[in-house]
Amino acid sequence: MVAVDEVSFEVNEGEIFGLIGPNGAGKTTTMECVEGLRTPDRGSISVLGLNPFHDVYKLQDRIGVQLQQAQLQKRIKVWEAVDLWAALYQKKTVDGERLLEQLGLVEKRNAWFMNLSGGQKQRLFIALALINDPEVVFLDELTTGLDPQSRRAIWDLVRGIRERGKTVFLTTHLMEEAERLCDRVAIIEHGRIIDIDCPESLVKRHCPERTVILATDVLDAAEHFRVIPGVEEVICSNSQFTIRGRGDDLVTEVIHCLSENQIRVTDFRTVLPNLEDVFLKLTGRSIRD
Amino acid sequence: MTMMMRGLWKLTWIEIKIFLREPLGAFGTIGFPVLVFLVWGRIASPKMVTTPAAASGFIRVGLPVLASLLISVSSVLSLVTIISIYREGGILKRLRATPLRPQTILTAHVIVKLMLTAATLALLLMAGKRYYPVGVQVPFFAFAMALLISTWSILSIGFVIASIVPTARFAQPIGAIILYPMIALSGLFVPLESLPPVLHAVARVLPLTYAVSLLEGIWSGDAWLAHVGDVAALAVVFLVCTALSTKVFRWE
Repeated sequence: MVAVDEVSFEVNEGEIFGLIGPNGAGKTTTMECVEGLRTPDRGSISVLGLNPFHDVYKLQDRIGVQLQQAQLQKRIKVWEAVDLWAALYQKKTVDGERLLEQLGLVEKRNAWFMNLSGGQKQRLFIALALINDPEVVFLDELTTGLDPQSRRAIWDLVRGIRERGKTVFLTTHLMEEAERLCDRVAIIEHGRIIDIDCPESLVKRHCPERTVILATDVLDAAEHFRVIPGVEEVICSNSQFTIRGRGDDLVTEVIHCLSENQIRVTDFRTVLPNLEDVFLKLTGRSIRD
Repeated sequence: MTMMMRGLWKLTWIEIKIFLREPLGAFGTIGFPVLVFLVWGRIASPKMVTTPAAASGFIRVGLPVLASLLISVSSVLSLVTIISIYREGGILKRLRATPLRPQTILTAHVIVKLMLTAATLALLLMAGKRYYPVGVQVPFFAFAMALLISTWSILSIGFVIASIVPTARFAQPIGAIILYPMIALSGLFVPLESLPPVLHAVARVLPLTYAVSLLEGIWSGDAWLAHVGDVAALAVVFLVCTALSTKVFRWE
């Protein structure tokens, strides 16, 4: 069975690049090919100038990897895992104790892996991925299954990795994660890449719609709203109006219309499309399906 | 090279520590064969200590060989279980995503199991002193070597078994179903010659048959030269199984 087909992209040095798509889209397969853990049937891959298939050990010496759903030995201690990993690399490794400190794992250094929380486990996996001071870090579904608080803490850590000048290649099915973390994203579905760009550009390109929701007691307000340039639809329910249209100027135009006609509003908010909407638009289905 | 040795040593040492942290596993693997030996020895020979000459052949040679084989088999079963748990948990895959060579990962486990076998054997021999009068000449060192060679060979079968078991839950039972009948047919309980022809032919191709022949011989004081054939057979098993498992071994 072919899991991935027509996947082509470049990751730039020093950026956080995200491969986003629903479960089963081919994210992990793609990433594992790039890491040298899986051999593609066709195509070519180059990472740091190396071929992941032929130079796999050279490559693995220079990259850091966090795998989806990986575990460690149940009864391995945190410090032992870091110490073991430090012994596996040819190149100079970073100070394991400092790494544990930076990742907030110092109090847990003598704990068994099986007794760590989900967030602590992921932080340990980040530590293991950083132990060899890698040039590229691969993170596969890093925050899946974590509570929102741990997720935010992990996001800060990933930004910290970029600040150290490293390149991060991650996969996620969480659009919010991609939006907040990634400099550029590639949307993948059914093993194909649909589009690649920075999140804002993707939203702008595929979802130029803007929506303004406001509340007013002026009953004939809808008449005024319909003539605003760019407005495509006005929905009125009781005193709430939903104005849909496109173009960056839509919100300004609505405000302008309100003041010109002296319409008094009791509520006003805008709804901007996000990556989730882009995904829905490009694939015709929600990422959660 | 030095990096590989460093990685191998660290991994081996950590695996030993992890093994000892699992009390039930440590007891099952080390304690069980010793227990079998002690209980059986007590039932079968209350007078052993005073009259060694009257001891039956089984007590004199068969029982220590059986107990040693149990050590070996339980080491192999523990290897099969650990490998399948590690595979299921993605631990093997995570280790493979480092510059560590796959062979190094497996070698570490083989070393741990061989050390375990040697330690259990030492324990067994100490326990056995109760049943063997001081002065009985058994070439302990040669016997330990023979057991390690046998275990090495059976461990390679373990890797093949570890490749075919679907999940960790089945590892122990499937391994036991494959390995324990081999002991029954090994010539330890019933001489090979008195087996029906079909079973005899089966026994000839089972690796444990050669392990038993080697262990019995060395325990009784035979020279290594007399068992070159057994060692060669065990080496062939090792080579065949290793070659087979490099083909069929699954990392995830």
